[in-house]
Amino acid sequence: MNEIAVRVGGQAGDGIASIGESVARSFSRMGLHLFGLNAYQSVIRGGHVWFQARASEGRPYSPGDGADILYALDRATVDIHSAGIRPGGTVIHDPEKFPLTAADLPAGVRPLAVPTLEIARKYTSQSILQNAAGVGATAFLAGIPLDLLHGVLTDSFGRKAGDVVDWNLGASADGYHLAEKLTHPHDHALSKRGNAKLLMTGNQAIALGAAAAGCKFLAQYPMTPASTVMHWMAAHSHSIGVVVKQAEDELAAIHMAIGASFSGVRAMTATSGGGFALMTEGLGMAGMTETPVVVVEAQRAGPSTGLPTKTEQGDLNQMLGAGQGEFPRAILAPSNPAEAYRATINAFDLAERWQTPVLLASDFHLSESMMTVDREEIDLNVPVESLFTVTPNGHDYRRFQYTESGVSPRAFPGQPGLNYIAGSDEHDERGHLISDTRAGIPLWISERQRMMDKRMKKLRGIAKDAPPPVFEGPAGAPLTFVTWGSTVGAVRDAVVLLKERGKATNLLHFPTVYPLDADAVRAAFARTKHTLLVEANYSGQFGRLLRAETGIYLSDHFLKYDGEPFFPHEIVARALEVS
Amino acid sequence: MADSTAATPTTTPLTQLPVVGKSDVKPTWCPGCGDFGVVAAVESSLKRLKIPSHNVVIVSGIGCSSNLPHFLSSYGFHGIHGRAIPLAEGIRWGNHGLTVIATGGDGDGFGIGAGHFIHAMRRNVDLTYVTMDNQIYGLTTGQASPTSTMGQKTKSTPTGVIESPIDPIALALASGATYVARGFSGDVKHLTDLVANGIAHKGFAFVDVFSPCVTYNKLNTFDFFRQRVYKLESAGHNPSDIVAAWQRSLEWGDKIPIGLFYSVERPTYEDLEEVLAAGPLATQPAGLKGRESLLDEFV
Repeated sequence: MNEIAVRVGGQAGDGIASIGESVARSFSRMGLHLFGLNAYQSVIRGGHVWFQARASEGRPYSPGDGADILYALDRATVDIHSAGIRPGGTVIHDPEKFPLTAADLPAGVRPLAVPTLEIARKYTSQSILQNAAGVGATAFLAGIPLDLLHGVLTDSFGRKAGDVVDWNLGASADGYHLAEKLTHPHDHALSKRGNAKLLMTGNQAIALGAAAAGCKFLAQYPMTPASTVMHWMAAHSHSIGVVVKQAEDELAAIHMAIGASFSGVRAMTATSGGGFALMTEGLGMAGMTETPVVVVEAQRAGPSTGLPTKTEQGDLNQMLGAGQGEFPRAILAPSNPAEAYRATINAFDLAERWQTPVLLASDFHLSESMMTVDREEIDLNVPVESLFTVTPNGHDYRRFQYTESGVSPRAFPGQPGLNYIAGSDEHDERGHLISDTRAGIPLWISERQRMMDKRMKKLRGIAKDAPPPVFEGPAGAPLTFVTWGSTVGAVRDAVVLLKERGKATNLLHFPTVYPLDADAVRAAFARTKHTLLVEANYSGQFGRLLRAETGIYLSDHFLKYDGEPFFPHEIVARALEVS
Repeated sequence: MADSTAATPTTTPLTQLPVVGKSDVKPTWCPGCGDFGVVAAVESSLKRLKIPSHNVVIVSGIGCSSNLPHFLSSYGFHGIHGRAIPLAEGIRWGNHGLTVIATGGDGDGFGIGAGHFIHAMRRNVDLTYVTMDNQIYGLTTGQASPTSTMGQKTKSTPTGVIESPIDPIALALASGATYVARGFSGDVKHLTDLVANGIAHKGFAFVDVFSPCVTYNKLNTFDFFRQRVYKLESAGHNPSDIVAAWQRSLEWGDKIPIGLFYSVERPTYEDLEEVLAAGPLATQPAGLKGRESLLDEFV
C-alpha cells in the first residue's frame, strides 16, 4: 500500500492540531484516504502534543507505524519522535529555535532547516504565523500542491478578517518555495487521485448519525473525549433543529434525555466512563420504564480520572453492569467514523424498537481520531417516522402490556385517553405500583416475575435484530484475530502487513458487543483455528464476556492498557509470536 | 402554564376532554399525612385551570410524597431519587405544550437533588415544583433531612442534628426562581391558590409546602405550624419586592410566613431556546433528509 505519513509535534497551545488538520485535509482533498491521530495531554498550555496524518491510496484503518516527515516545533519533539521517522524521512525545524544536524537523527533521516520565525516576521509580530511557513515546507515534502493547501488554509480561517488569511497564504508559500529550492518531495509523496473525500472524527460521525436518525435532543456534561459530540451538535443546533443542553452534571444529562424521550422525542446523551458511572441509575430507570435512550460512552484510560486524553476499552464491564438489577440493553461498538455514523442510526432504531437504553461504545481513539469517508458512505436519507403515528388503542390501554416480543404499545403525553404513569418501581401492565402494598402477596409475586420476564425477553429479540459478528479476510486462515471497537482498525492494517509477509490471517469483530446471539457466534467460531484476542484493557473484558455467553475460550490474547492505541506492528509481532 | 401550542392535534375539543381528577389508586400515605392536603391542592388547581388531563405530566422522585403522581389521572413519571427536576425539564423541552409539575419531598429536592433544584431555577424552566417538606425522611423510617431543625433527634442523629437547615425559600430567591411561595397543607384553600397561580405563572414556580409527617416528626406537627403561620397576603407584603422577600424568608420562630414571597416575569428557558420557536420538539420534523450540504464542512 503506497502511503506517506506526516507527523507534527510541539507544545500544547502551539497550534499543533490546526497544523495537523490542515495537512490532513489537504490529503483528503487530494482524494487520498487518511487516518489522523490527535495525541495530546490533559493541559491547555505546555506539555507535548502531536498529530499524525497518514495518507494512502488504499484505506488506512490506523495511524500506522512511524512517519516520513516530522515537523518539529520544539527540540522535545525531535527527542520523542525521531526514532519513529522512517529512513528517507525528513525532520523540519527552525534553526532559530534549535539547531539540528543529521548526526542528531537516525540513519537515513535528514534535517531541513526552515526559518519559520523569520518568515513570519515579514508579515506580523504574531509568532503563531511561523506555523504557516512550516506547513508550507511540509506540504512541499509531502507532495501537496500549494494551491490545494491554500484552499484549505483559506477555508479554515473562514470569515476572519483578510490580513490573517493573506499572511498565512504568504508565509506558507514562502515555506513551500524555500523547501522547493533546498530539496525535493519525499519518495513516498502521493499525487492527487480523485475527488475530495470527507474527513471526520468519530464524534462528528456520531453527532451527524444521531441527527440523521431523528435525534432532536442532546443533553451532555463536558468530559473528554465525548465533548466534541456536543460541540458539533451545538454548532448546528439551529440549522438542524436539535436542542442541545449542557446539563449541570451527568445525572441531569441522562434524566433530561429520558424525559425528552418520554415526551416523544428521540434523545441522546454522551459522556466518558466517569460521567457514565453517574448515569447508571438513570440507565436502569430507562430500562425499567421502557423508555428509549441512546448513551454514547467514549471511553478513556481509567480507573478514576485515569488518563483523560488517552485511550482504553476498559469500560466494557461497566457498560455491561451499569445499573442495579437486570434490564435489557444493547452495546454497539463501531470501529471508525463511517461505521460510527451507521451504528448511531442503528442505536436509535434499536432503542426505539425495543424501548430500552442502547449504549454506543466509543473510546478516545475512535472519538477523536479522524478518517476519510466516501460521500456514499454517509446516506442522510434515513427514514424517520413520527413517534406519534401509532396511537395505541384507547380502550383498556396498558402501557406495559404483556406481549410476545416484550415490547408494549407506547403512548406519549398529549395523547388523550392514554394517560399512564411510568414508574421506576416495579409495576403492573397499567403502570400501577407493585412495590408498595402488593409486593410479596402471592398474585403479585407472580406478576413481578412476569413483568421481569416481559422486559428481559426483549434481549433475545435485540440479539437477533442487532448487527451480527463480522468475518473479514481469507476463510480458513490459520490465525483469527478476535476484536471489537476502535481496535479493529489496527488489526485490519496488521492483517494486510501479515499478508505482505506471506502469512494469512483473518479477523472476527463484533459491531454488537452485547447481547451476543450465542448460536451465531458459535457458528462464526466454527470457522476459526487459532484465535488471538486483541483489546485495549488489562483483563480481556470482551474475552470474558465471550466465554460467559458462549463457552468459547480464545487461544491467546494481546492486551494493551498503556493509554496508546494499538499500532499495527505490535499486532504483527504478537501474531508471529503465537503462531 | 402550557403554551397555546397544543401538545398534539386532537379532534375532540379540549374543553370536552377530562381534566385531572383522582386516579383509581388510593393514596398509600399514613392516615393524617400532610401530603393528602397537597394532592388535593394540586388536583383542585388543575381543575380550576381546566387543563385537560392528557396535557399534564406530574413528575416525581422517590420518597413518600413522590408517590403522588399515581393518585391523579394525568400522565406521570415516578422516577428515581433526586432526579424529578431534570426529568421534568427533559419532558418540558421535549414537548413544551405540556403542563409539567414536579413534586417530591425535602430529601429528594434539597438533599440528593439540590444541584438540579438550583439550576432549574436559574434557567427559569417553565414548570411548577411543589415540595412536600416534612423536615424528615419518612419512607426510610425517620432520619434527619436537609430541613430538619438543629438539635432535632432522629434515628440518624440520636443526640440531635448539628447542621443548619437549608432555607428553601432563601435558596430559591438566591437561585433566580421567578415564583417563590410557601404553603401549608393544613390550609388547602390557600395552598390551592399558590399552586394554581404557580402553574399559571410563566417560568419556574416553586411552592414549598409544610406537609407534616405524622409518624416520624414529632416536632414539626400540624399544631406546630397552626400556631405559627401567618399569611403574607394579609401582612401587606409586596411580592414584586425582592428585598422584602429576602427579609420575609429569614423569619422563623414564633411567626412563620406562608404565601407568595416573590414573583417576577422573566423570559423562560423555552422562550430563549431558539429551536423551540418552531413548536414543540416532539412535533417538529426530525432527521436530515435532503440536507446534503451539511457534508460540505467535512470536505
